[in-house]
Amino acid sequence: MFLINCPYCGERDQQEFKAGGEAHIERPKQPTELSDDEWAEYLFMRKNIKGVQFERWNHAHGCRKWFNMVRDTSNDEIKAIYKMGEKPPAQ
Amino acid sequence: MRNKYSLFSLIKNALSYHENWQRAWKDPAPKKEYDAVIVGGGGHGLATAYYLAKKHNMNNIAVVEKGWIGGGNTGRNTTIIRSNYLWDASAGLYDHALKIWEGLSQELNYNVMFSQRGVMNLAHNLQDVRDLKRRTHANRLNGIDAVYLSTEEVKKFCPIINTSPDIRYPVLGGTLQRRAGTARHDAVAWGYARGADAMGVDIIQNCEVKGIKRNGDSIEGIETTKGFIKTKKVGVVAAGHSSVIANMAGLRLPLESKPLQALVSEPVKPIIDTVVMSNAVHAYVSQSDKGELVIGAGTDDYVSYTQKGSHQIVEGTLNAILELYPIFSRMRMLRQWGGIVDICPDASPILSKTSIKGLYFNCGWGTGGFKATPGSGDLFAHTIANDEPHKLNAAFNLNRFISGDLVDEHGAAAVAH
Repeated sequence: MFLINCPYCGERDQQEFKAGGEAHIERPKQPTELSDDEWAEYLFMRKNIKGVQFERWNHAHGCRKWFNMVRDTSNDEIKAIYKMGEKPPAQ
Repeated sequence: MRNKYSLFSLIKNALSYHENWQRAWKDPAPKKEYDAVIVGGGGHGLATAYYLAKKHNMNNIAVVEKGWIGGGNTGRNTTIIRSNYLWDASAGLYDHALKIWEGLSQELNYNVMFSQRGVMNLAHNLQDVRDLKRRTHANRLNGIDAVYLSTEEVKKFCPIINTSPDIRYPVLGGTLQRRAGTARHDAVAWGYARGADAMGVDIIQNCEVKGIKRNGDSIEGIETTKGFIKTKKVGVVAAGHSSVIANMAGLRLPLESKPLQALVSEPVKPIIDTVVMSNAVHAYVSQSDKGELVIGAGTDDYVSYTQKGSHQIVEGTLNAILELYPIFSRMRMLRQWGGIVDICPDASPILSKTSIKGLYFNCGWGTGGFKATPGSGDLFAHTIANDEPHKLNAAFNLNRFISGDLVDEHGAAAVAH
């Protein structure tokens, strides 16, 4: 359990948030052009990193806004939080 | 020569104050080369090695384990064994395992304390009732024992359940698989380790894999903390760390690793003689032979390798447990822990060849791999030895995420994943 600094509401208990998985997976621009391999890559394959990972979170029981988080999955330490559309911090 | 465990050996060793028992497995240094190396010394990995040696005459093999054997999810699960899965492919896979469980203690000459005390799954709403009835019929068509129970029959089978109609999620019925039950999880790892070791398998503990050496599309060996080991076949059975190993080989997997928690209470006298699972409120409970209530909680929704998990997950599970079993309201919890489970998008495992020749993955068991340990080892050994899947694990290939032929057991399995 950890505290998350929502970019809109400030620091809140993790219980208020919902994890939304890996961030920066781009939706295919031409879905009809995609091969089965590319669909599998987009839909199912994940980095699942042990270490610093970029992910999406939603303040589900708060402002309900989505944002991005950089978190070390080996110790749950949050490195950075930034809004949707903002450039990810360099790691 | 391996001494057989028997009443006679127990008496003989008692006379020497149990100080002269033979080592159950050796502690070898890795050889330079093996015919195959299994990465991960949990139940599934050790079972794989055991069946490779026993059924496929591959004796020049090793199991490498970064910690100690059975110290990962094998020693962290809630020991439930059942095979009442909805889909034909899953039913075949899990019932294959259950059939091996039934004779496993004799086969291994090691008491895995397999206890067919039955597993009951509860229904709490009308959709649950329909789903569980459907699953009961599907199970029976697949030759798996299953019966549907009314609320009164649930109460009769497990009298301490609160079947009052005015609780938040009343018990509307349930299913029972009598052949299901529990086993001693540590004993499973130890029994397979002892059996594999006796056939010449090297079990190398404290040996972490640091890299996988490829030559184009085939395997040359693995880099470990105990040096380079040459081998043409690598079977990865690394549970929560499967993606980490896959990454070393430049392979992508459809997995997310999340903490799953469990907890045990202080030990009490026998109070619950079966396993009761509830999907809708996410509570499942059984009682260990030591008398502790063994309670399984849920997974967190974020990726983490910390083996901890969030407090609210435990709180939610205990809320549900107390609603269903008011009798436990004053019990104290003794220990809580987490394990990292690798979850597939379709909540079914992967037992598969990969695009790299000689590299095999057995992963994605998610929240329910313990029950499949013997079957998983048997089928994965077959896959590695023949470079082809057995018909029982053919559906659980990695290619299904490309073809779309998923084995979607999410809501369909007896408990939420």
